Amino acid sequence: MARIDLDLAHAYRPNPKDDSDYALLPLKMTFDDGGAYALLGPSGCGKTTLLNICSGLLVPSQGTVSFDGRDVTHDTPQARNIAQVFQFPVIYDTMTVAENLAFPLRNRGIAPGRIKQRVGRIAEMLELNGQLDQRAANLAADAKQKISLGRGLVREDVSAVLFDEPLTVIDPHLKWQLRRKLKQIHHELKLTLIYVTHDQVEALTFADQVVVMTRGRAVQVGPADALFERPAHTFVGHFIGSPGMNFLPAYASKGSVNVAGRAFALDRTLPEGELKLGVRPEYVSLAAANAPGALPVTVAQSQDVGTHVLVTGQFDGMTVKARLSPEISAPRRGDAAWLQVIGPHTCFYKDEELVA
Amino acid sequence: MSSTTKPINQKAWWLVLPVFLCVAFSAVLPLMTVVNYSVQDIISPERRVFVGTEWFAAVMRDEDLHAALLRQLGYSLAVLAVEIPLGIVLALGMPAQGWKASAVLVLVALSLLIPWNVVGTIWQIYGRADIGLLGATLQRLGIDYSYTGNARDAWITVLVMDVWHWTPLVALLCYAGLRSIPDAYYQAARIDGASKFAVFRYIQLPKMRGVLMIAVLLRFMDSFMIYTEPFVLTGGGPGNATTFLSQYLTQKAVGQFDLGPAAAFSLIYFLIILLLCFILYNWMQRVGTADKTGVE
Repeated sequence: MARIDLDLAHAYRPNPKDDSDYALLPLKMTFDDGGAYALLGPSGCGKTTLLNICSGLLVPSQGTVSFDGRDVTHDTPQARNIAQVFQFPVIYDTMTVAENLAFPLRNRGIAPGRIKQRVGRIAEMLELNGQLDQRAANLAADAKQKISLGRGLVREDVSAVLFDEPLTVIDPHLKWQLRRKLKQIHHELKLTLIYVTHDQVEALTFADQVVVMTRGRAVQVGPADALFERPAHTFVGHFIGSPGMNFLPAYASKGSVNVAGRAFALDRTLPEGELKLGVRPEYVSLAAANAPGALPVTVAQSQDVGTHVLVTGQFDGMTVKARLSPEISAPRRGDAAWLQVIGPHTCFYKDEELVA
Repeated sequence: MSSTTKPINQKAWWLVLPVFLCVAFSAVLPLMTVVNYSVQDIISPERRVFVGTEWFAAVMRDEDLHAALLRQLGYSLAVLAVEIPLGIVLALGMPAQGWKASAVLVLVALSLLIPWNVVGTIWQIYGRADIGLLGATLQRLGIDYSYTGNARDAWITVLVMDVWHWTPLVALLCYAGLRSIPDAYYQAARIDGASKFAVFRYIQLPKMRGVLMIAVLLRFMDSFMIYTEPFVLTGGGPGNATTFLSQYLTQKAVGQFDLGPAAAFSLIYFLIILLLCFILYNWMQRVGTADKTGVE
């Protein structure tokens, strides 16, 4: 087990000039020993690149990777003692399930008795013990992926276990099970786990700390509630949550903020000038006419999805979404309504970064 | 439950007719003429005698045929034993991408483009002790090499010629098999700390099983039917050293015009190839997919 420190950048092409030439822009990051991390972001944001750099499959084009303060930038995955699980199940076709699980141990010359013990333990955890003597090639995709997970977890002395979207091929109901299993394994084994995914639910339920990435940049690192309550970057607000945060152009001047021609007094101090107002649909509520911090909208859509009513309001060419409780009578399509957008949970952004 | 009656329409048979006709004219009818010859003694176009299984019995007892069959089996096994491992090694050594990969592919495939009789001619000249590059060089080195005089030399030359001509096919098939392995397998092997040999044994070899099966079957059938190259190179000699089955058959059918025995022999030859391919195919299927513990 190890603490992983990254201070690097990576470009797949030589002599990168623009930001767009980089797969990973210069970043500094620490994964603490024994933590459960998720790298969350859309496809192509650099999360797999970051993971492969951690594991040693890829050498960063500049900067260093260190484990517990030791520079391992040019070490192989084997030297780093890393385990990694890939998106699609990788199994050794000609081996049985037990032989597959034992493979990483056998390659390292562990005593047969010890191997048997470890394989038994991992098989039990992943509920594979009934299939140990079967040929791995004949199993279903989810069982194969469990074998891949098992191979990642079978070594007890690993520095970290890295997962690259490991549940993509798994059926939804099994996904829940496996994710819970992983969480449980994390508690039992106290390994450093890094989990790459583009599914926010997966990231938020699995990890203690979520790293949100976009375009080669890690824009925020934090626990689930911080990402929800105080997104540090507009991308985080937009990417996390369903639907994402509402953003409205705003203009701040001494003690007040101007949204779409309406001025509101504010108790927070804001840098003057062009800003973006961000508010989660969860915190947008119905308000009385002309209430401070409320905007008059025309309801363009009102969807009752059972747990809540999703109201889409339009105002001066801007859209505000609100998640309203189903208990109150929600406005219908075409109605005029007032929506509260400024409150304690409202965030303000300048140049896409959180300022207040 | 409602009973359903299946509509019966015999017109569907017409749909089978084109295939039936094609197969009849391309395979069944020619085969039947051979069967026809094999059970008759044709003395002249007007005089023929039905002889039953007499030709078959005679052919089965033919000592020369036994010798040719053994020679043929030995030759085909030698071809497989050399070409398959060599092809795998070549494929493993070929570059995976870039201009080098294209260049190597073209170079490797070159010998496959040469017609059989030209291959025979090339090696006939190449191996000549007086003017051939290979033959003369060996002579200079003090090795008394002669494919026309020495049975062992002739045999080795025919084998080397086939290896030169056809190993690229095995290599190309294996190369295709290797390229279809996703990167994740190699990455996983690196993570699992697998040695180069373990990667070959547990990833590359199992993933090449399909193409290897095709390679073995193709090379086995082809080498079992080899005719042109030894015919051009050695004419089956010296003595009978390189007289393989098809050459022996031609000698009988064309050389001596013994149509009856030749036809009987053809049928037996056909059945031998069919049987061996069947056994090989089933064996290779079993090797690849059988459960190690024997239980499903």
